[in-house]
Amino acid sequence: MSTVKLTVNGKAVAVDVEDRTLLVQLLRDHLNLTGTHVGCDTSQCGACVVHMDGKAVKSCTMLAGQADGSTITTIEGIAKGDELHPMQAAFRDNHGLQCGYCTPGMIMSAIDIVHRHGGQLDEATVRSELEGNICRCTGYHNIVKAVLDAAGRMKVSQAAE
Amino acid sequence: MYQTTYHRASSVDEAVSLFGKSSEAKFLAGGQTLLPVMKQRLASPSDVIDLGKIKELQGVELSGDTLTIKAATTYYDIMTNADVKKAIPAIAHLTSVLGDPAVRYRGTIGGSIANNDPAADFPAALLALGATVKTNKRSIAAEDFFQGLFTTALEDGELITAVSFPVPAKAGYEKMRHPASRFALTGVFVAQTKSGEVRVAATGASQSGVMRVPVIEAALKANWSPAAVDGVSISANGLLADIHGTAEYRANLIKVMAQRAVSAAG
Repeated sequence: MSTVKLTVNGKAVAVDVEDRTLLVQLLRDHLNLTGTHVGCDTSQCGACVVHMDGKAVKSCTMLAGQADGSTITTIEGIAKGDELHPMQAAFRDNHGLQCGYCTPGMIMSAIDIVHRHGGQLDEATVRSELEGNICRCTGYHNIVKAVLDAAGRMKVSQAAE
Repeated sequence: MYQTTYHRASSVDEAVSLFGKSSEAKFLAGGQTLLPVMKQRLASPSDVIDLGKIKELQGVELSGDTLTIKAATTYYDIMTNADVKKAIPAIAHLTSVLGDPAVRYRGTIGGSIANNDPAADFPAALLALGATVKTNKRSIAAEDFFQGLFTTALEDGELITAVSFPVPAKAGYEKMRHPASRFALTGVFVAQTKSGEVRVAATGASQSGVMRVPVIEAALKANWSPAAVDGVSISANGLLADIHGTAEYRANLIKVMAQRAVSAAG
């Protein structure tokens, strides 16, 4: 057992976990943050993507201990109160989710994509950047539309801040 | 995943010392291969020694005609590094088509070559560029380092600290990506050294892992152009065959990817 100290969605936490615990297990089973999903469990599907120190990583492919001392943001931590994050709003407006299982990972990856590319996003870039996130409803069309829509909204909301 | 004991090392010396005290330890860099393998219970190290916070294993240095990438530098940090893009843009390109964005944030060059997956990308770059692998004990030429499927010259407890690449005159890398795993169904790295030597390495193709391709090297030495590879014939003997492609298919891919890599290299 080890104590892992993290900041999760703005709150400092210290959790005692077995050394073999994955970051996603710490989030879901110990902190009850079940918005982060486990899809494939083989590091391919991206349903478990969270932000660690601002970077979109697969929380099923990290030991909790590796994340010690870092700042984690999950899908539960991106809205401001009742106001959805622009990426969440764009997914809703563009019907970017069908069953919804991949959505948390899609949204966390998509925010990272917009951060890295800023206003330079086009459809081909979004499609290639989303290759680590699998939607088994195959609803990619509207997901891509949502990301492009959100890229515009995020620019506006950043400019307003 | 079976039980294991996690250690975080803060220096190379500490990592090596922790390894020596454990019964069956594994070094953990980005974990993008080791952790999936542990989750499938195909590996069950008694101890994992995390290298992620060791500062001396991070970063890129360009000194004269040598580009040195420290072992725990992530793919993302490699592909966005200004010195890499300037000195050997083919390495930046190779890194940008490896895995997916989340994997590139975590995976490292040292992890890739220590594992020596027969379809990994970096072994082709090391072999074609004539790189040198630096460990905590010695320097190993790429030719001697890669010894077959998942096999390297590393001794038990020996830790890769950096890879040094001689800056080439020209280099290019192209691969046929497996659409699901993004591994190279076959990838070819071509390089022309500053002294005029031509070196070509293929990954994902051979049953014995990464390999040089002497017939293409000879063709490109005579004439550095995609057309020079047209007449080359690659034997399917010893090439991988699986549900994704036959040995003959991969033999043809070696040619086609070499031609595309030469085009990319210019």
